[in-house]
Amino acid sequence: MAKKQVVSTTINGQQEEFLCEPRQTLLEVLRDVLDMTGTKEGCSNGNCGACTVLLNGRPIDSCLVLAVEVEGAEIETIEGVAPAGGLHPLQTAFLEQAALQCGICTPGFIMQAKALLEQKPNPTEREIRFYLAGNLCRCTGYDKIVRAVQQAATAQQEVQV
Amino acid sequence: MATVDKPQSATADAGARDYKVIGTRPIRHDGVDKVTGRARYGADIALTGMLHGAVLRSPHAHAKILSIDTSAAKKLPGVRAVVTHADLPDVASKVADLGEGMFDLRDLSRNVLAHDKVLYRGHAVAAVAADNVHIADEALRLIEVKYEVLTPVMDVVEAMQDGAPILHDDLRTEGFVSSDDAADKPTNIAKVFLHEKGNLEQGFAEADLVIEREIRTATVHQGYIEPHNATVHWNADGQITCWISTQGSFVVREQLAGLLQVPVSRVRVIPMEIGGGFGGKIPVYMAPAAAIMSKMTGRPVKMIMDRAAVLEATGPTPGSCVRVKLGVKSDGTIVAGDAWIAFEAGAFPGSPVPAGCMCVFACYDVPNGRVQGFDVVLNRPATKAYRAPGATQVAMATETVIDEICEQLKLDPLEFRLKNGAREGTRRVDGPVFARIGMLETVKAIRDSEHWQSTLDGKWRGRGVASGYWFNAGLKSAVTASVNADGRVSMLEGSTDIGGSRASISMMLAETLGIGAEDITPAVVDTDSIGYTDVTGGSRVTYATGWAAYEAGLDIQRQMCERAASIWDCDSKDVTFAAGTISGPEGKSFSFKELAQKVQSSGDPVIGRGVSDHNEPGGAFATHCVDVEVDPETGKVTILRYTAAQDVGTAIHPAYVEGQIQGGTVQGIGWAINEEYFYDKEGRMRNASLLDYRMPTCYDLPMIDALIVEVPNPGHPYGVRGVGEVPIVPPPAALANAIHAATGIRMTSLPMSPPKVLHELLKARAASGNGK
Repeated sequence: MAKKQVVSTTINGQQEEFLCEPRQTLLEVLRDVLDMTGTKEGCSNGNCGACTVLLNGRPIDSCLVLAVEVEGAEIETIEGVAPAGGLHPLQTAFLEQAALQCGICTPGFIMQAKALLEQKPNPTEREIRFYLAGNLCRCTGYDKIVRAVQQAATAQQEVQV
Repeated sequence: MATVDKPQSATADAGARDYKVIGTRPIRHDGVDKVTGRARYGADIALTGMLHGAVLRSPHAHAKILSIDTSAAKKLPGVRAVVTHADLPDVASKVADLGEGMFDLRDLSRNVLAHDKVLYRGHAVAAVAADNVHIADEALRLIEVKYEVLTPVMDVVEAMQDGAPILHDDLRTEGFVSSDDAADKPTNIAKVFLHEKGNLEQGFAEADLVIEREIRTATVHQGYIEPHNATVHWNADGQITCWISTQGSFVVREQLAGLLQVPVSRVRVIPMEIGGGFGGKIPVYMAPAAAIMSKMTGRPVKMIMDRAAVLEATGPTPGSCVRVKLGVKSDGTIVAGDAWIAFEAGAFPGSPVPAGCMCVFACYDVPNGRVQGFDVVLNRPATKAYRAPGATQVAMATETVIDEICEQLKLDPLEFRLKNGAREGTRRVDGPVFARIGMLETVKAIRDSEHWQSTLDGKWRGRGVASGYWFNAGLKSAVTASVNADGRVSMLEGSTDIGGSRASISMMLAETLGIGAEDITPAVVDTDSIGYTDVTGGSRVTYATGWAAYEAGLDIQRQMCERAASIWDCDSKDVTFAAGTISGPEGKSFSFKELAQKVQSSGDPVIGRGVSDHNEPGGAFATHCVDVEVDPETGKVTILRYTAAQDVGTAIHPAYVEGQIQGGTVQGIGWAINEEYFYDKEGRMRNASLLDYRMPTCYDLPMIDALIVEVPNPGHPYGVRGVGEVPIVPPPAALANAIHAATGIRMTSLPMSPPKVLHELLKARAASGNGK
């Protein structure tokens, strides 16, 4: 077994140092080392999107990134999305639109949708569906998820106007 | 936070009622935890001293285990325990009811860890507990298993033939066996079912048109995004605690007690949040091995299944071969129906073929009928319940035959359904007579929809409809509820919440008490903290646990009236409870909240108790309409528009009712056009990943319009029927019928994937010269 390494990163705006084995994925470290279990494991090979986090602003499957690779990077997880004492417009929209059933895919969808709205504040339905196609949901049939992203986009635009 | 009160789609029949809470769309109680990542699912548990387990799985589909050598694995530093089947207690063959299907305890034990044979690729052979999961994985590679590889049998029709490879030497056919087959010889046909009604021969003799078709459907998986998990601690005092994602904590308790041979009260099951189940998270897989390894080490053992194992080794739903023959008069009246249904049970008996037999003609009045069913073992994983288990396979056959009848007789498919559709008083071929049901109302909802009224133009485009039926279940539930001094009520229940049922159950308690949904604080609690509650399955939770909540509400009403009587010093008979107000003589009254504030100072705590064990869920019907476009060059089917109408009895929380309809529909779409287990000759699954086992993504789909039809169930205090399962039933047939309308070809095998559709298109083109 290779020796553990020290990795320094910024997670949800806070500097974090952690120890990990070279074979550990970012997903495993987030969940098992840092106890940030909001990021979910669905397949561990990049097919389902449940473990989506933002790495330097880009959505990635954290199961496909080794933890040692995030040295110096900025990471955002579901735990960092809500402002203190409140919710992000996407979180509010997911609740109001009933866009989750079992909820296991929800953190990944919210991270992916957040990245979408940061790039494209007013996406079309087709753009939403294309951008979220790497995130699997087995409960909802996606209808209410798409509507939630549309609602959040509208809400964010109204705040900005 | 605002609630969404604008319905997303039209309510076809609001019904006569005056509810304050039921029918509204409050934010679900567990919602904030689930959008912020705080909710604790099974994999999120961490305990002091916890070990991590992994499972060695068979690389062969069918083999004898000659020997297992675990000595090298045990020597690896960090390995704390290794188990094989030899470490499990011997359990006798005994059939147990898992709520959605029966299972033999000995088979379950042999599925958890293979006994003398492996029966499918991925069958668990040994398990390891180690300091971390990487060491456990390394240890698996050090376990040496010697196999004698046997020929697998992978297809249901082949498995039924004489001379097919035999899985279980001691298996003999049970049920309706003809005398020549009754010989005492090994077989893969575990059970034969038969239902008859009227006079089949005479019925077909009266028919002006008879159509018979054979339909094949592929094995498909429930596809929940959360893999199976279990964490077990076997304490030194003999008490076993299990943290698990499950559809039924009490059913896990029963299984663990049976497999480990301990009394049920020795096992406490703590249900964690569950990341999808659809029927697949009722049986135990890793928990028994984790328990044994915890006993060996004195430490908790956590196990999480990897995705390939979820696909290869946990219950998919059976592939099938279904033959349906229907006879009709020239005006479209059904006179006779005959069905032959063979289901792939997988490695052990127990497919949902009995349910398939009962559903195959259930949407229609079939005066003369026969249904034969066969439960057949073969070298695939042991199949488990999947959303309306058994109904989708048979609907694909019946509903496509009906489409062909309508085509030949030039009948409108909705008019055909209105003419022949089941209604109150219709007797199913298997015997039961329907009470008030809403089959015809779902057909009318589609007929009157903007979708059906619209025209569909364009080449290679077509529209299809299909109907479906599912029983829904009742079974047992328990609820307790305590009145707090601030007028809120804490509610405990045992139904794990897989899609918003905390909200729907709370809403029924709130309705009963005349308070708001937000005044209820629901909690799903462990098996030591609530009365026995059956699985979250059978579309039963809102029906049955909701009924228990209603009973708990009535109990609170009674106690609150007694309390008011004691405060007012009057007879409790003179106190009434209505719409959240407690009224007494001389115009005295308390609001629920006012009296709640006085509970603590005026006497005992007020705790309501409710149980339910009713079995009149009333039956669920759905009719779907879909428009497709078929790419003639690739065979790809694109869904242009989809409308699903369903009788739900009463929609308690319409947003989550729509969600069930949309989600079930999309699972049915995946079953129809993409999903299948692809096995090679050796019985190895070649697509055991979520990339290659192709479930629908949001880019594959349009919005799904859910038309809620409400024909209240007369057998439930709030008219609930249950929602979850029937929406998966019609999609494959509706899509097959739409593909026919678009192309002229009749697909008789699922999935209707691009290569298969293209193959049929090319065949048709070759036959006719140039296709359509």
